[in-house]
Order: sequence, then C-alpha cells, then structure tokens
Amino acid sequence: MTHRRRLPARSPITTTGPVVGRRSLAALAGTGIVALGAAACSNDDPLKSDSGSGSGGSDGGGSGSGEIVVGSQQYYSNEIIAELFAQALEGSGATVKRQFQIGQREVYVPELQKGTIDVIPEYLGNLLQYLDESAAKGTADDLAKGLEKALDDGLRALPYAEATDQDSYTVTKDFASQNSLQEIGDLAGISDLKIAANPEFEERPYGPKGAKSDYGVDITVVPVSDSGGPLTLKSLMDGKVQVADLYTSDPAIVKNDLVPLEDPKVMVLPENVVPIVSSKVDDAGAAAIKKVTDALSTDELIALNTRSVDEKADSATIAKAWLKDKGIAK
Amino acid sequence: MSQLLEAFSWLADPTRWSGTDGIPTRLLEHLWYTALGVVVAAVIAVPIGLLVGHTGRGRGLVVALSGAARALPTLGLITLFGLWLGIGLKAPILAFVVLAIPSLLAGAYSAVESVDPRTVDAARAQGMTEWQILSRVEVPLGLPLLISGFRLAIVQVVATVMLASYIGNGGLGRFIFLGLQLQDYPQMLAGSILVVALALVLDVALRVLERLLAPRGAARG
Repeated sequence: MTHRRRLPARSPITTTGPVVGRRSLAALAGTGIVALGAAACSNDDPLKSDSGSGSGGSDGGGSGSGEIVVGSQQYYSNEIIAELFAQALEGSGATVKRQFQIGQREVYVPELQKGTIDVIPEYLGNLLQYLDESAAKGTADDLAKGLEKALDDGLRALPYAEATDQDSYTVTKDFASQNSLQEIGDLAGISDLKIAANPEFEERPYGPKGAKSDYGVDITVVPVSDSGGPLTLKSLMDGKVQVADLYTSDPAIVKNDLVPLEDPKVMVLPENVVPIVSSKVDDAGAAAIKKVTDALSTDELIALNTRSVDEKADSATIAKAWLKDKGIAK
Repeated sequence: MSQLLEAFSWLADPTRWSGTDGIPTRLLEHLWYTALGVVVAAVIAVPIGLLVGHTGRGRGLVVALSGAARALPTLGLITLFGLWLGIGLKAPILAFVVLAIPSLLAGAYSAVESVDPRTVDAARAQGMTEWQILSRVEVPLGLPLLISGFRLAIVQVVATVMLASYIGNGGLGRFIFLGLQLQDYPQMLAGSILVVALALVLDVALRVLERLLAPRGAARG
C-alpha cells in the first residue's frame, strides 16, 4: 500500500484504540491525532467522517434513487476536488449526494464496487498499486491504461487531470543553488544527506533504496510523522534536514520558495487526479466532470489548497468560486 | 488473535535483535528518553513538592496546576513544542517533563505530609533545624510515597515515550509508527507489546524498591 496522507493512518478509527496498552495514552494520542487532522482540514463536520467510514456505507443510499453519490477521501484537498465534481454534476442536471471524508481506500473501494458510491477523485499511481500491486512503473498514460484493466466491470476511470499530488524530494532554494540542483540525481555525492518524511518512506520504492538504485543518491530518512505537514516543513527550513518529502500540491512549496527536484526517471509514480465513476454517471455527467479535470492543473490545485489552508474556506465555497472563475458554472 | 501470534513471531526473529535499528538499540533509546524526561522533571518537581509539604504553603496552587498539567495531551504538546524548537529530542523531552511533573510533585508533598506531625514536633523540640527535619525525618519517613511518585511518573513517561518517534527520534515508537503507516500490524503490535512489557517491568521493580527502602515506621506507599 502506498499512501499515507491519502490513506490516512491518522484516521481515528483505525489507529490508536486497541493498539497501545495504556488506555489513557491511546486516548491522548487519539485526541492529538484528531486535532492535527482537523487543524489541516477544511471539513466542518468531523462526525461525518466517522459515520462515512464506520458504517461501511450501509447508509449510502445511491441505488435506485437516481441520485449520484460523490465520495471523497479523508484529506482536505481530495474533498475540494470531490466538491468540484459534485457541483459540476449538479450543473449538468444530476441530483448529487455527498459522502465526504471517507477514511481509507480499503473502505471506499469496496463501496465503489458495490455501487454505494458513484464518483470519487483518485490518484493514478496509488489507486493502481492498490488494485494491482504488480503494476509496473510508468508514465501517467501507462498508469491510466493499467487502471482501465484493473478496474472492475461497471467502474471506469475518466480522463485524468494534469494536476498531480505526489511525494517529492524538495529542497530549499538556497540549498538548490549552492549545489546546483535540478533533479534528484544531482544530490548524488553530497554527504550526510537527510530527508524528513513519514516513517514508511523508508520502505517505499521511491524511498532511499529507489534513490540509490535510480539516481545513486545516498540518503537517510528522519521520520517525522505528520505527512509533509508543518513539522516536516520546519525541519527543512531549520536545516535539520536538507530534503523534505512534501506533496507537490502543498501550498507551502510556493510560499517558502522551495524547489521540488525533478524526477526524470519517474521514480515516484505519477499521481494525477483521476475521477473514478460508476455506470450511473452517464455521458452528460462524464462530460461535466471532464470540464473540471481539463481545467485542473497542478497550479490550480495548489491555488485551491491554498484557499483552504490560508482562508479556512470550506470546500463548497472554494469549489463554487473556482467553477465560476473557469466558466464551468454560472 | 493471529495478528498477536504474528507479533510474537516478529519479536522472535533474531535478526531484529541486532543492528542500529534493532530492538535493543530502540529499547535503550526508549529508556534514555524516559530517564531524561523523569530526571529533568524531578529536578523541578521534587524540591517544590518537598517545600510545599514541609511548609504547607501553596498546596492549593500546586494541586490545581498539576491537575491542569495532567489534562494536556502529550502528542499535542510535542507538536506544539516541535513547531517552536524544531524536530529532535528537545520538544518531546519537554512534553515528557510536563507529563511527569504532576506525579512527582504529588509524591513529594504527600510524602512529607504523611509523616506524623507529632514526630515532626518531637524533632523540632529536640532542636533540629527545619532543614534537618526535612532531610532526616520527613524525607526518610516519607520515602515510600516519594518513590511511588517516581514510579507513577516513570510508568507514565515510559508508555508515552513512543511519541518521540513522531518527530524524528528513535525509541520503540519507531516500530509502532512504521507498522501503523505500513499497515504492518504485527510490527505495530510487537512495538506496543515491548512498551507494555517495559512499563510492567519498571512498575514491579520500583514497587520492590519502595518496600526495600521503607524504614521502620514509615508510611506505606
């Protein structure tokens, strides 16, 4: 399984409870994790996520009613994209039910297969790896083709957006210019390199092993478990590490003038945003969603995320303004 | 149940018991962070607690403050301190100090308070100075309670030190966080078992110490 922020291990349902021996500790850790999650999140109804993932979607009343159920992951950026799809569908005349902030891929993919969710924004590489672990590396097009094959009957992937949201080897501008860095391979030969990343980065194909085999870079992981959040960013800014694993759609990259190093060998799988839809989404619906994905570049996604992070605007407001701005909605 | 068995077989794997990221290294790191947190907390809390117990002044304030400190979520504190001090050991140790202070404080003042006032009066009547009363009468007689304060603090901190790994440190939390993120639950469970076992062992050892150090006539902890 690839993904941390999008398979949020910090989901309160799966994490702390039975794991840690001391109940008080589990409770403390639980509160902290929820608080952290909520801090970065524009979702205004935290209870909704519990019912979404906890109930196993038994209340996802999509079938027969003619309404289209749009789901989202428990990740603020994903919720914004889901809201874009939902409003675009509404614009095309469909009746939409929102089922946002569903925890993890393990929870919502079966719901998609059952037909209780009809639309969800996904990411090429992560979804393909989830469906088919042996799926080879490749470009976004390769992955999209693989996805067509890996998806169940009744489900299809609509054309993916240019926007990607993926792990990156990101450095400060100063460090990049001092060492004339442009791509990950340029890090080769720098001694005592450290990257701040979630602990599982160690085991990922694009972690230290991948960096060594693809680019000849020796790097050690300093585990910071906030999924590219403020602590990871601070460790980079403080110079405790030279590299940080930030998500490419993270507004912090632009704000702090950071440089995500290029990855010409496609070591990190492309994570373009891709809508996964059921057969209940007809041609008109697919066309409405395509208008969104056609307009959604990485810069646009960053701008959307920035509004959420900076203004704490909710996803419906952000989506509405964006769709209007792009001429997709009136 | 099968995950529990897998966790034990994870623990039984001899390759995990060596190397820089093996169990012994992580265990030592875990103990080291615990010791750091408790020692720093003790330097602050024990003198204050003894003073409060001896003079009887400021008790209400200390009780209120340590009660409030107990309510602070440690992971929240670590994140907060981390954003201020950066990643590394300082932020988590500071959070563990906050965690350990209430128990140590309570142990120290209740140790002094537990001593029979007549004994203290007798000591005073014999011409002992206040310092002598504290150091030769109150502390030795209250020792079991003082140690039980340490015991509570140590057990609390040792069970929480796993959070140090959240912010770039070692310790047994490495296994827990890595297992959690990789959905490698046997590994996560194995890490948890080690933490629980460590807490239990320390608890029992300190209880034995409490018994051994109790002078005759001392208050029972």
